[in-house]
Amino acid sequence: MNEKTTRTVALSDHAREVIDHWVAKFPEGRQRSAVIEALRVVQHDNKGYLTADLMDAVADYIDVPRIQVYEVAAFYSIFETEPCGEHHISVCTNISCHLRGSQEIVDHIEKKLGVKTGESTPDGKFFLKREEECLAACVNAPMMMIDHVYYEHLTPEKVDDILDKIE
Amino acid sequence: MSDDQVTIEVDGISLPAKKGQMVMEVTDDAGIYIPRFCYHAKLSVAANCRMCLVEVEKAPKPLPACATPVAEGMKISTKSPAAIAAQRATMEFLLINHPLDCPICDQGGECELQDLAMGYGRDISRYNEGKRVVADKDIGPLVSTDMTRCIHCTRCVRFTEEIAGFQELGTMGRGEDMKIGTYVEKAVNHELSGNIIDLCPVGALNSKPFRYRARAWEMIQQATVSPHDSFGSNMFAHVKQGRLMRVVPQPNDEINETWLSDRDRFSYDGIYSTDRVIKPLLRIDGEFRETEWSTVLEQVSDRLQQTDAAKIGFLSSPGATVEESFLLQRIARGLGTNNIDHRLQARDLGDSDNDPVQPHIGTDIVSLESADAIAVIGSDLRREVPMLAHRVRKAALAGATVSFINPPGQQYQFSHQYLATELTQLRAALGALIGAAEVATGKIAPDSVAQRVDRQSHDETHRAVAESLAQGERSHILLGHLAQRHPAFTQIRALASVLADMTGATIGFIPESANAAGASLVGVLPHRGAGGEPVATPGLNARQMLADALDAYVLFGFEPEVDTVEGAQAVETLRNANFVVVMSPWLSEQALEYADVILPIGTFAETAGTYVNLEGRWQSFSGVATPVGEARPGWKVLRVLANYLHLDAFDYNDALEVTVAAREAVPVELQDYRIGPMPSMDGADFGDDLMPAPISLYGSDSLVRRSRPLQRTPLARGVGES
Amino acid sequence: MNYRENENLVAFAPFGLENSWTLDAYRSIGGYQSWQQVLSGELSADDIIDKVKASGLRGRGGAGFPTGLKWSFMPRNAPGQKYIVCNSDESEPGTCHDRDILRYNPHALIEGMAIAGYAMGATVGYNYIRGEFFAEPVPRFESALREAYEAGLLGQNINGSGIDFDLHMFVGAGAYICGEETGLLESLEGKPGRPRFKPPFPANYGLYGKPTTVNNTYTLASVPTILRKGPEWFAALGPEKSGGAAIYSVSGHVEKPGNYELPMGIPFPDLLEICGGIWKGRKLKAVIPGGSSVPVMPGEVIMECNMDYESLREAGSALGTGAVVVMDETTCMVRMLERISRFYYAESCGQCTPCREGTGWLNRVINRVIDGKGRSEDLDMLVEVANKIEGHTICALGDAAAWPVQSFIKHYRHEFAYMIEHGGRSIVEADGKAAA
Repeated sequence: MNEKTTRTVALSDHAREVIDHWVAKFPEGRQRSAVIEALRVVQHDNKGYLTADLMDAVADYIDVPRIQVYEVAAFYSIFETEPCGEHHISVCTNISCHLRGSQEIVDHIEKKLGVKTGESTPDGKFFLKREEECLAACVNAPMMMIDHVYYEHLTPEKVDDILDKIE
Repeated sequence: MSDDQVTIEVDGISLPAKKGQMVMEVTDDAGIYIPRFCYHAKLSVAANCRMCLVEVEKAPKPLPACATPVAEGMKISTKSPAAIAAQRATMEFLLINHPLDCPICDQGGECELQDLAMGYGRDISRYNEGKRVVADKDIGPLVSTDMTRCIHCTRCVRFTEEIAGFQELGTMGRGEDMKIGTYVEKAVNHELSGNIIDLCPVGALNSKPFRYRARAWEMIQQATVSPHDSFGSNMFAHVKQGRLMRVVPQPNDEINETWLSDRDRFSYDGIYSTDRVIKPLLRIDGEFRETEWSTVLEQVSDRLQQTDAAKIGFLSSPGATVEESFLLQRIARGLGTNNIDHRLQARDLGDSDNDPVQPHIGTDIVSLESADAIAVIGSDLRREVPMLAHRVRKAALAGATVSFINPPGQQYQFSHQYLATELTQLRAALGALIGAAEVATGKIAPDSVAQRVDRQSHDETHRAVAESLAQGERSHILLGHLAQRHPAFTQIRALASVLADMTGATIGFIPESANAAGASLVGVLPHRGAGGEPVATPGLNARQMLADALDAYVLFGFEPEVDTVEGAQAVETLRNANFVVVMSPWLSEQALEYADVILPIGTFAETAGTYVNLEGRWQSFSGVATPVGEARPGWKVLRVLANYLHLDAFDYNDALEVTVAAREAVPVELQDYRIGPMPSMDGADFGDDLMPAPISLYGSDSLVRRSRPLQRTPLARGVGES
Repeated sequence: MNYRENENLVAFAPFGLENSWTLDAYRSIGGYQSWQQVLSGELSADDIIDKVKASGLRGRGGAGFPTGLKWSFMPRNAPGQKYIVCNSDESEPGTCHDRDILRYNPHALIEGMAIAGYAMGATVGYNYIRGEFFAEPVPRFESALREAYEAGLLGQNINGSGIDFDLHMFVGAGAYICGEETGLLESLEGKPGRPRFKPPFPANYGLYGKPTTVNNTYTLASVPTILRKGPEWFAALGPEKSGGAAIYSVSGHVEKPGNYELPMGIPFPDLLEICGGIWKGRKLKAVIPGGSSVPVMPGEVIMECNMDYESLREAGSALGTGAVVVMDETTCMVRMLERISRFYYAESCGQCTPCREGTGWLNRVINRVIDGKGRSEDLDMLVEVANKIEGHTICALGDAAAWPVQSFIKHYRHEFAYMIEHGGRSIVEADGKAAA
């Protein structure tokens, strides 16, 4: 008597391969452990964010209740569950970066892209994410992460250079 | 003192405890109250609310009583300054983001947060920042959500997963923004969903049908019993000025624990449906006229007395109370007929002499949980008796091997063996199981069976089922409603009985409705009187009565068009009768066509009565609500009718006197059921067209069918059922 | 004493070698010798645990629990699967040395995990790496893992020794709380990383309900060097009770921020000197000596202090993760605390009441002070709220959120009071010391 709604999307072969690869690392029946990796690859394939349909597809493929996938997507900061820009820019503003001028970097990016933190550029290219966590590059502050790549010892000029080079 | 015993000291009082117990369990048993929100004895420990922090000697910080295991010599203070300070701290945190909407909150007056805030809260909040607001999601017609009030105790999440067995609710997000919910908008769609209303310690989850209808303190709480299935769940009716406003569980660990099925909780809406009959109705010149009770009863008694008793048929609901059933059969027999039956859904009424005098499950509810093996045959257990399904699930979680020999498509949220069997194949499946039992036990099936069924076509699943029954010390076979409604029921029963004999399992029946067991015991049967005494000349059974028109009928508490084997045929037959008396709380459209008299009787809530449940427990209850209009308790109507009929010994002053009389007429001891020889298979009335319809969860009886909230659920609409 | 002798390096031992992250480089400094001794039967599980105990190694993830003792809690001879899990979810603000271990010395971690697994009867290990390390540390570790498998150092019945050890990598997805060991286990199981209440402890009920030990990256990466050079050598690097070396992640207002692996117990002035002193010729104001959760110390206090577990504890703070955040005289302590409180507010998992509700309360009040709407009673209230969170939660995040509030207001109350009285103006701006 459990409601099953129909899904409209299917996972790519690539996503299935990645998920299968991870599922194999865990003991029999513990495939739930692969949910995080599955969402990572699906979010990447979907240009930076997850939809309920995609989450359902992950749940059905891994064979776990859908709510378990929603919970994971909603908990971890790397996952976005609302449409946003493709390239995620996270400027670390935690203590060490704060002491080394991270606010100046944030201000500069906001001005350059014409968006506030938490917003995406209208062309869907960039998402200026509010990063709460320390990104663990404290001795090279200030720093930012764009799509997992770290850029350290930032200056506004360096930021221009980096952003301009992103397709 | 045994090895697993320890002694702890709580607030200076020495208490015995078992190793592995949590402090909270010991203090609860001892009647020492420690405040709590997330803890619930029937759910896993979460330890997240931090309201039950207590001071433990030598511990550097306060510890949660719900998650702190006892240890020998442990000294605990639940009310020391440090403990109180910790509890007060938690209360302050709980309140900062809790809305101050108690005046419009249905939980007001019965809110655990409100109650504890009285003891642990501050007079004035020093939280001056903005409060959290949470958007609500519609989770269906039964449970209202005001998630801004949520204190994140996760009881609802744990219930849904651990007790109901579904993962529909979860905790989304984190920190202050953590939300309890379904994430996507969807109805929480299972038969026990309303329990999260009771579990919610605040007003976040409330009863949607009850929303804004009454305040807790305006209502009187009265005990009653579920009228919808044979589990006999104990309930409290909350009544305001004579009107039943809502139903909540009455905890009883031997029966429904602290739970109720949605059917039991939300059916009361039907009591006040617009088609209630508020005055006796008499057909005069083809038109129904409201008539005084005395006039109409006189008419009824005259007409019945004028009719040849052999041409009168009495048909009664298996949900009628013991008292109603007892009086109805006394009237029938007083008039001189044995044409009386309550087995409205039975197709195969042969071999009735081998029926158990009292159908029961062959064990008791609590023992079922410690079963080694359970085989459920011909049942849709979750729809027939949701709470029994819950106990079977508990048994499975505790290690029992549970098997279903049922039509395909049912879902059970625990590991089980499923022999998907179309009803037409049920006999064959039992034959195969008997064959598998021969393999498992080395015993040989009796000749009477051996010649009649194919015992060879068993596969792995058949063998696994038979083995589990044979190996278990406590094995039970349960025959459900579909089996009992089956056109070859007597054969199925005989085969199941052979299987039980061979494997050492008990065999039991899941009685229909609230009181098929009681109706059977007090003799609402054509072949037996009260207490199972055989009658000299058996009367007509239900199917016979409805096949060809008799002169007169008395129908008690059911709707023939839906509650009998062949509804359309029944209506046609009744139309052709001279005189039909309908005793019912409601006026169905069909009844307008066949009834001559409609006597408004009270629903379960408006009468005193007794139900005998599936383990043989007699449970009496009082009327809790004022009868609608001029409706009167069924037993009273029957008693007065008997007076009009001048029948002897009908001077009962109250329901209790009827109960006592009924009780005296029946044996007290339950009999273990075993059937003797295999009945003949030859003449069995066995056709696909007579196969019972699928069990309808919210179509089970007249009251449920009139509950608007239940009818709005996806389960009633058959949406998402699988 | 020359603190910076290469001889003193533990987890950073191969640093300076070309491609230090490769198997060849690691082997050139004696890598995998200890594991080979295990495989050849020369080093027993008891020996390993005794040596780790004797070395005085303490958990480098922040809590400083003696590692050998922790390992001895595992029911290593009990039947059934057991697990060793490495916590590479480095995320305590100010801390960034595990990232360097993963990038430059991953084999030390692999060897350390194999040895730890063997010592505790765990035949399967998982290294939980934070999701943000996806682009560089993760591939480095993954390729090292591949090398180790290809070299026959991991797997089933390794080199015919009868010893099994399989090691897998796991990558998180952004949540500070997964650095808490039971939050990490939940995350590994594919759930939100909400910490479990204890007891039961992971040694009895860990990953998938099996006995599990979780150790920090640096802790595990130190083990091979300890076994190779001997527990006495390691213990002698630091003072009593704080054996070994520490990687000080020195960040903030110093000339040469960096990760420095140095003997435990180095006097703070010496550490500061190694980092080139306070930048721009300014004066030292304050130091958070062990990651954002430990109490802040005024400059003059820490200048008298040695950098080890006991000394910092006695001085009212903690070594924590060894993340040394240095603040110069221009630092506004109110804004600094706002950053910290914002972080804990955002990273609270939400399950237990005091932390879920209290961290937001703290952050809002501090922001209100910054916005010029502070009230005189706010300071006492902040401390009281922090006190009500501390010690009342399932995991230590509540404490971590409370301690900075308590210590900042204790040492810099006047800065908060000034801001409240001056409509949000910082005292450092008034003094003309605004940060550059």
